[in-house]
Amino acid sequence: MKRSHLIFWQLLVAVAIFAIWHAVATWPILADPKKVQFFFSTPLAVMARVYEFFASGSIWRHLWITLSETLLAFVIGSLGGIAAGFWLARNPRVSAVLDPYVKMLNALPRVVLAPIFMLWFGLGIWSKVALGVTLVFFIVFFAVYQGVKEVSQTILANARMLGMNDRQLFRHVYWPSALSWMFSSLHASVGFALVGAVVGEYMGSAAGLGYVIHEAESTFDVTGVFAGMVVLSAFVIFIDWMVTLAENRLLAWRPQAGERAT
Amino acid sequence: MPAVRLAGIEVSFGEGTTRFVAVSGVDLSVAAGEFVAIVGPTGCGKSTLLNVIGGLLNASAGAAFVEGQAVRGISKPCGYLFQADALMPWKTALANVAVALEITGIGRSEAERQARAFLARVGLARFGDRYPHQLSGGQKKRVALAQMLIRDPRILLMDEPFGPLDAQTRVLMGDLLLKLWQQDRKAVLFVTHDLDEAIALADRVVVMSAGPQSRIIAQHRVDLPRPREAAEIRLDPAFHVLQKAIWNDLRAEVMRAYGDEFAAIGGKP
Ligand SMILES: Nc1ncnc2c1ncn2[C@@H]1O[C@H](COP(=O)(O)OP(=O)(O)OP(=O)(O)O)[C@@H](O)[C@H]1O
Ligand SMILES: [Mg+2]
Repeated sequence: MKRSHLIFWQLLVAVAIFAIWHAVATWPILADPKKVQFFFSTPLAVMARVYEFFASGSIWRHLWITLSETLLAFVIGSLGGIAAGFWLARNPRVSAVLDPYVKMLNALPRVVLAPIFMLWFGLGIWSKVALGVTLVFFIVFFAVYQGVKEVSQTILANARMLGMNDRQLFRHVYWPSALSWMFSSLHASVGFALVGAVVGEYMGSAAGLGYVIHEAESTFDVTGVFAGMVVLSAFVIFIDWMVTLAENRLLAWRPQAGERAT
Repeated sequence: MPAVRLAGIEVSFGEGTTRFVAVSGVDLSVAAGEFVAIVGPTGCGKSTLLNVIGGLLNASAGAAFVEGQAVRGISKPCGYLFQADALMPWKTALANVAVALEITGIGRSEAERQARAFLARVGLARFGDRYPHQLSGGQKKRVALAQMLIRDPRILLMDEPFGPLDAQTRVLMGDLLLKLWQQDRKAVLFVTHDLDEAIALADRVVVMSAGPQSRIIAQHRVDLPRPREAAEIRLDPAFHVLQKAIWNDLRAEVMRAYGDEFAAIGGKP
């Protein structure tokens, strides 16, 4: 499909959803419009609220807070994941000993950690960052671990025959391989950094998109909830788009889907 | 002093009841500047022998020497062209070749200058910026060849380097290899399953028996004149005499290696 066609169809889906939403909230098609409006608000009211967010400028502070929490969680979680991934992949014995604990920690639902983090790090951004870090860390950790473990034995043997020492093997073979695995999970890890931030804000804070949505919910302001979700979705798409740009630059050596694989 | 010497080499994989002796009692010596081809049925242990010489694999018995030194760890004088793809997919063709020099301490720009010259020698001057996945099978093999040669190793270990290529490209690659080899005759151990290729390239063809416990069952000296050109040498009557003699030794072994499969489809092993 051509790009312009694709965008046309994508927009059409959005328009259709808004049209149906608007219709059910205006005419008694499925239920009494008053009731529908109470539970779902109306698209025009939601758009007006979003406009108000930006017109009054009140949303920028929240966006900025959520963005910084997301970025901090991503960077700290990634650094930790890379270090731990390399360390365990290169030390099979340590890895075997720690294996059940890693699995245990990873299986833990992070939401239960949120209150503890608030106790430890306060209600400011750091408790949200910590929540995001616990999510990002494991994704990056498993990716890097895999990347180091799954380096092709032939590439490794070839590099050693070329005369590479351990440090050079790390730089020219292990590192790029681990990085490519990490980037393949980049969308997921950035996404989870954001989830950590928003969930943390939702559970207790004084700023951020999660806080905005939570505030609206506590006063049954459905329009506010939907407006918050619209801003959040737009924010997610923006971040995902930035990740795609970064990916295209960093993974130029990879075959694109559809290119022949020889 | 021979470039490579194997004395009573045995290699086994696994332990106890699953122990599998791939090769056993292999004696072989390759003189400096000699081009030796190894042929044998699939799975007989050709790659295994090269790995022992390169220092990637330890023999369970016997001794391997490279330039008179017992092999311990990677054999520095050896360059190795692998059977499978071994280029680093995250580096361009040029970077793949240049890195072989960079790791010896040569600066990036000087390494790349020499790498460019080597890519030109294997006919890939215009392909330096391509990543391995953007190259054809034959182009990848040529990049790997340049990567191996640029360090100027004194001994070349080549494991079915042209294996996945079509017949015409193989012949061209063979000629290219001979042209490069002719300039500074290095010792070469060249594994192939293509008899014609072995005879066209080598000074000596070594025939291995089917595994397990594979050994060397015959050696044939190839006294064809050099420099050779694959297309012409194949018309030489002496070529056919050799071909017949080697095939005689090899046929029974190939049959033996495929024995079960032949029986399964109702053929006579
Ligand atoms: N790591 C391993 N563990 C167990 N068996 C192995 C291992 N590597 C090789 N072998 C066995 O050793 C034998 C020799 O293998 P090798 O790769 O040297 O064969 P080859 O002569 O190079 O075959 P081909 O022509 O198909 O490349 C084979 O039977 C193979 O199954
Ligand atoms: Mg092999």
